[in-house]
Amino acid sequence: MTDTAGWGPRRRSVLTRSASVGVAVGAYGVSYGALATTSGLTVPQTCALSVLAFTGASQFALVGVLGGGGSALAGTATALLLGARNALYGLRLAPVLRVRGVRRLFAAHLVIDETTAMTIAQEGDRAGRLAFWSTGLAVFSLWNLATLLGALGATALGDPKKLGLDAAVGAAFLGLLWPRLKGRAAWVTALMSAAIALALTPVLTPGVPVLVAGLVTVAVMMRPGAATEPAQ
Amino acid sequence: MIWVAVLATAAGCYAMKLAGLSVPEKVLASPRVRTVAALLPIALLAALTAVQVFGHGRSVVVDARAAGLGFAVVALMLRAPFLVVVIGAAVVAAVVRALA
Repeated sequence: MTDTAGWGPRRRSVLTRSASVGVAVGAYGVSYGALATTSGLTVPQTCALSVLAFTGASQFALVGVLGGGGSALAGTATALLLGARNALYGLRLAPVLRVRGVRRLFAAHLVIDETTAMTIAQEGDRAGRLAFWSTGLAVFSLWNLATLLGALGATALGDPKKLGLDAAVGAAFLGLLWPRLKGRAAWVTALMSAAIALALTPVLTPGVPVLVAGLVTVAVMMRPGAATEPAQ
Repeated sequence: MIWVAVLATAAGCYAMKLAGLSVPEKVLASPRVRTVAALLPIALLAALTAVQVFGHGRSVVVDARAAGLGFAVVALMLRAPFLVVVIGAAVVAAVVRALA
């Protein structure tokens, strides 16, 4: 019904918003590129992660754990746990996208926070599909371009500690966390996990406290009778 | 080892995205799974923030990074853009370090 009525203006509005989401994400990409190289990744490694993993929070996590002296295994495990939410995004998107074969292989790579939010915000599957592909392509291009610029820029800057870039990593994690802190369960989860991670820092090897804190906190929050109504 | 981590992360993240698009919805659609999926990123990002700001190897310290985090909190409460939050935190930490 409304799928065809006034399609032209709707199409333009979806495309404009996709482009602006892409630009906004570019800012994260510059930060990621800069922080990854100052955490010890080479420029090719930094860019490969953006092209191949293409999911910001996981990338920040891997880089943060490695930069903090954590092992490759701990960094990868943390990144994968953070990336698990994309599987649930895929579930919500599948009925709208209805992609098969090679198109599904491409579509899967673009399943991230931003494309999911844009797609499910549309009325009608046609607008949803347009939003998914246009947001996905805008974010993918600008995320990778921004990663490269940030990586090259930071390698040109010099001593990361003098520039406060170690503090910037913490601020970046907080910036990723902030929009999710809606409701009491979210705050309790965040504070409990932060406290457990710091308590375990002196006793476990770097990188592992974050993993243990994340898993223990979610287990506690999911115990029968716990009030867990996180904002979706 | 960094390349191994980069490629393993990339492969694993892609596999999970593809699985979400491919499996029947009822497999992962229980409310408990959805709640875990909402809470896990919160728990991990909070732990990462804490360790990144207060961790130093195996010790917990309060240094210039805490001032940077303080700036980030205020900036986020004022709805500042991500780049302002990140760069501002770096500048505050650098200034505190230079003054100390």
